[in-house]
Amino acid sequence: MQGLKKRRRIQIVALATVGLALSTALIGYAMRDGINFFRAPTEVFEEPPNPAEVFRIGGLVEEGSIVRGTGETVKFSVTDGGASVTVHYHGILPDLFAENQGMVGTGRYIDGIFQATEILAKHDETYMPAEVIDALKAQGIYKNPNDD
Amino acid sequence: MIVEFGHFALVLAFVIAIVQAIVPLIGAQRRWSGWMAVAEPAAGAQFLLTAIAFAALMWAFVTSDFSVRLVTLNSHSAKPLIYKITGTWGNHEGSMLLWVMIVALYGALVAWFGTNLPPLLRARVLAVQAAIAVAFFSFIIFTSNPFLRLELPPLNGQDLNPLLQDVGLAIHPPFLYLGYVGLSMSFSFAVAALIEGRIDAAWARWVRPWTLAAWIFLTIGIGLGSWWAYYELGWGGFWFWDPVENASFMPWLLSAALLHSAIVVEKREILKTWTILLAILAFGFSLIGTFIVRSGLLTSVHAFANDPERGLYILAIIFVFMGGALILFACRASAMEARGVFGAFSRETALISNNILLAGSCFVVFVGTLWPLISEMFFDRKLSVGPPFFDTAFTPFMVLLGLLLPVGAMIPWKRGHIGRVIRPLRWIFVAALALAVVLWIIPTQRSVLAPLGAAIGAWVCLGAILDIVSRTGKKDRVSRLFRLPRADWGKAVAHFGTGVVFFAICALVAWQEEHIQVAEIGKPFEVGGFTLTLEDVNQVQGPNYSSTKGFVSVRRGEYEIAQLRPEKRVYPVAQMTTTEAAIDYRVFRDVYVVIGDRQTDDSGWVIRAYIKPFANWIWAGCILMALGGLLSMSDRRFRVAVGEKKLPYGMPAE
Repeated sequence: MQGLKKRRRIQIVALATVGLALSTALIGYAMRDGINFFRAPTEVFEEPPNPAEVFRIGGLVEEGSIVRGTGETVKFSVTDGGASVTVHYHGILPDLFAENQGMVGTGRYIDGIFQATEILAKHDETYMPAEVIDALKAQGIYKNPNDD
Repeated sequence: MIVEFGHFALVLAFVIAIVQAIVPLIGAQRRWSGWMAVAEPAAGAQFLLTAIAFAALMWAFVTSDFSVRLVTLNSHSAKPLIYKITGTWGNHEGSMLLWVMIVALYGALVAWFGTNLPPLLRARVLAVQAAIAVAFFSFIIFTSNPFLRLELPPLNGQDLNPLLQDVGLAIHPPFLYLGYVGLSMSFSFAVAALIEGRIDAAWARWVRPWTLAAWIFLTIGIGLGSWWAYYELGWGGFWFWDPVENASFMPWLLSAALLHSAIVVEKREILKTWTILLAILAFGFSLIGTFIVRSGLLTSVHAFANDPERGLYILAIIFVFMGGALILFACRASAMEARGVFGAFSRETALISNNILLAGSCFVVFVGTLWPLISEMFFDRKLSVGPPFFDTAFTPFMVLLGLLLPVGAMIPWKRGHIGRVIRPLRWIFVAALALAVVLWIIPTQRSVLAPLGAAIGAWVCLGAILDIVSRTGKKDRVSRLFRLPRADWGKAVAHFGTGVVFFAICALVAWQEEHIQVAEIGKPFEVGGFTLTLEDVNQVQGPNYSSTKGFVSVRRGEYEIAQLRPEKRVYPVAQMTTTEAAIDYRVFRDVYVVIGDRQTDDSGWVIRAYIKPFANWIWAGCILMALGGLLSMSDRRFRVAVGEKKLPYGMPAE
């Protein structure tokens, strides 16, 4: 009885260890194409990433740069104050997308244009993505909305 | 005046919670029944006072009292009444008040209905529950007080975020919180059992209904949230692996594991330490979820307006409760001796596998969710973990779980015979495989995912049916079927629902079609076998918004099957636009249409259309799961008083 209990406990621990190892291996494997790096427009401008890499870009939507209503593709520029990158997006922009507001896009940088597959805008009027705040701070143009 | 009254009630509830957290605990240690008896009236009073505070806040919202800062920030006099009411919890402060009210509610329920609990255990459970309430009362009063007044009240408010002005979302947080906070009950029971140094079958029987309740509410809450995202966000996704979604999904996975391991403790008195640990961790993940949502550390589409001080406070709460409980666990775990032994092929083994798979999948989601934080802190590299990660790392667990489920559900306790279990199941297995082959051959778009999902879904669903039918024996099968314990029905219905969800998700992902184009008015275009025509576009006025409304007719062949009205609304007060997708819901597929920008040369409007097969089945599956949980919770054995008496060893299997 006692011996069987002990054996079961060892077996359970072994099974759990295998499970843990398996999940760690899966995590490692999935990380290879599941991770998207974040790049500020300045970084993209200085060091254009490989056109095959999917990454995220974030910053403010440049004033007067949004071109809507010419076909299915929307064009605009995203800036962090240091550089600005043209973004093309095939689709309908999210609701809170507007000039001078923060945005984060996922996509590829091909021939000087960021081809976005997904655009994320903020969810409420006071929220700004943390990466965008940092990118703006790096260029020294971040203004805390609570200050004014 | 009413607002001050509510504020006062909140502070009073805080003080009562402090008393309730200390006095009964000392009473239980010293066996002073007078001190222990403090817990019950205190729990009732604490809940009533919190409810009064909440009602006062709701009153302020309903009457649009703009001298209250929170109302000014989140409401507007022109808002429909229902959203004034739901606006009470549509913001950080109000939702925290709802949260703590539910903590108090669960405590009060134990005080009122837990009369068959042993007095020692009850006093300790109520004390631990009150300690949790103390932490959140202080959080509300010191960092996010909803009752703060404005010196100069404005004439009108700034309006509730229009995205939140929606029925689905309005009722989604209360369900989610009932689920999150329900896990605090399992936590309190676990900590009380650790203080006592003893758990047995009776303990598992008491803790199971609370866990079930939490799990049911989480299931409904997550389902509602995903349904809301589907129709409101305008891109027809039902799950984005967003940090905030993961935050609710991790406790769901762990509470599902806890449900199953509590059965093992109840029936066989083994897996005790693991069950206690799960109960602690499940609540820990609820707290982490709150932290993720409130701190704004992770980029999410759902983030609340954030404040580092609040994040730090919640982090401290997590640290105290998890640290304390885990230290207690480390000291006392060895006292929980397992009693039963079991064969390698048995229900016990199956449920252990279930737990390993659920906990493993939770671990994967956890790493994926927090990796951006870890990477930024330790490697100084900003990144995000996208859906491809979760698809690759999470899916294998669910596939294994689906494959094991019908077998595990039918193996007898203690020792099973593999042939006897497999024999009735083999036809189902063949049927599921046949379905996969058919689905691989027939459709024009070949994908592995849809046949795989369909096969696993069919395997799980048919397995659930076989499971319940096999319980009826040989004679009088129909009448016996309806006399089976509700727990058996609950198990079958919940497992069936799981199969439906597996199938629906795979079918939707594999077979959906997406189309975007500039549509000219009156000119038809084809999407996946349907003919869509943008008939007209109008400007319409709503109560607190103005709207651009499109009229889209959907035809299949000659017949018009639906008229859709996608909208783009502008809320002038909040200065926001929202997209209102128009969806034609059908059993086998949805047609989903969104209207975009007008073309500058006036040639038409951008229209995005999706065909979403089996979308409704996802939520139908969630409802079935919740229904199964309800059935199981209403089982007779949870209602009969079990008392403190030891249960006979080796209970009949279910």
